[in-house]
Amino acid sequence: MSEIAVPARARRRGKLSRNRAFRRLLPWLVVAAIFLIWQVLVTGLRIESFVLPSPSAIFAAGWQWRGPILENSLQTFFTTAIGFGFAIVFGALAGIAIGSSPLVYDGFYPALVGFNTIPKVAVVPILIIWFGVGSIPAIITAFLLAFFPILVNVATGIATVEPELQDVLRALGASKWQMIRKVGLPRAMPYFFASLKVAITVAFVGSIIAETVGSNSGIGNLMLVASSRFEVPLAFAGLLVTGAMGIAMYAVAGAIEARMTGWATRGNTGLNK
Amino acid sequence: MKHFVDMYDVSLRYGEDEDGTLALRNATMRVDSGEFVAVVGPSGCGKSTLMKVITGLWSPTRGAVIVDGREVERPLSITGMAFQNPTLLPWRTTLDNVMLPLEIVQPHAAKFRRERTRYEAKARELLALVGLKDFEEKYPWQLSGGMQQRASICRALIHDPSLLMLDEPFGALDMFTREELWLAMQDIWIARRPTVILVTHDLREAVFLADRIFVMSARPGRIIAERTVELARPRALSMTYEPYAVGLVQNLRDHIHGAREAA
Repeated sequence: MSEIAVPARARRRGKLSRNRAFRRLLPWLVVAAIFLIWQVLVTGLRIESFVLPSPSAIFAAGWQWRGPILENSLQTFFTTAIGFGFAIVFGALAGIAIGSSPLVYDGFYPALVGFNTIPKVAVVPILIIWFGVGSIPAIITAFLLAFFPILVNVATGIATVEPELQDVLRALGASKWQMIRKVGLPRAMPYFFASLKVAITVAFVGSIIAETVGSNSGIGNLMLVASSRFEVPLAFAGLLVTGAMGIAMYAVAGAIEARMTGWATRGNTGLNK
Repeated sequence: MKHFVDMYDVSLRYGEDEDGTLALRNATMRVDSGEFVAVVGPSGCGKSTLMKVITGLWSPTRGAVIVDGREVERPLSITGMAFQNPTLLPWRTTLDNVMLPLEIVQPHAAKFRRERTRYEAKARELLALVGLKDFEEKYPWQLSGGMQQRASICRALIHDPSLLMLDEPFGALDMFTREELWLAMQDIWIARRPTVILVTHDLREAVFLADRIFVMSARPGRIIAERTVELARPRALSMTYEPYAVGLVQNLRDHIHGAREAA
């Protein structure tokens, strides 16, 4: 028992803030633990490097080939960003059209669902026939994958405006466009920004798929070349970089979401305001 | 005297064929300009349908609604509406929520940008009237249910509508908040004298607020009784416990019971 009586609230606050710091550290600890166990298993069981390289071998390969890795990552990043950019513009526009007009919805939605079900990896060879080997098929694949989640989310946000709210606006004589601008669009914003997190990651996957199938640059191509030359540690280094980039893009999209639509996620942060 | 709202022999059937539910049958109702009327009835009797027909959100299957001398064919833009659910926009502050109609209704919308300060003063004044001073910059989720409902009523009033439609706006509130808002509502009505149609299932509320009370039958709804409330204004809450008001509430209750039995 301590001699000095600490007020219960202060004690709890101390515990809470320690908790928060720990929670921030936790993901790093988990990753470090995975690498540690991996390293121990590979060394302990004497697994051959061309089957499963150890983390230390992967990092060594990554460092050795840092030039090409950086160059190809950047290539993939730009491909993803361009495809993603187009997906934002066209996905949002199509989402507004589909969400606000039952006619457009009825007409286009089934076709869009059908198109979305086609595995995009099957489309890449066709894109290569049309546009040749290079960045364009990768950009288009990124676009095709990212387009649909954005469209669906924006359309949902606009289409699910409460009927009573619609009545309030219609009773004021609001036009269709005014309803979309004043209510539909702001209401769709949380859906839109949430979809960006999904869209950026699938766009990234799309770029890498296209690079693997037919390209002569990009991180996907680097991994393909590395595997075909049995440089397995390098292929794994490519995978790690891919994962890290995915997390970074997701985090950026998440930060933008939190900033733009704080009113929709008040449950988590409202107490601090 | 000319009636401000004249609903004549209105029937409304959901759906397009004869099999659709009949929500209103030969409902007739007249409201004078500047009058405060209440519509009461058993639940599901088509009270909300009545509101939608009068404001032109739905067109009647038969009959006609005439508001301010013109037949209603499309949504009226002279109406303010408030519902049981406050339906405030969560991304707007209270002040911006209240000002929403000004961005849509003419002639305000055209000069909204230029005269924003003047409109803002007007909105603040209205919010102060319902006791929401100092809450203008708060977001709806930072307000209690009663405060949200006050803001919602301000939104219905900001553009000086000549017709105010209230669809059980106090229904979801606790007794004390509800009575407070009755008083606020009465003050607003005395100060501005809009024509008000209040739909409610609370008979005391109807007696306290309205000049005239219409009783609707069970679905398909029509007006089966009409009572005038002979209480001087401004009214005090205690009046609703005096013999006259209690008798009136009892009388209305009998009518509604009768309506339910008949159904």
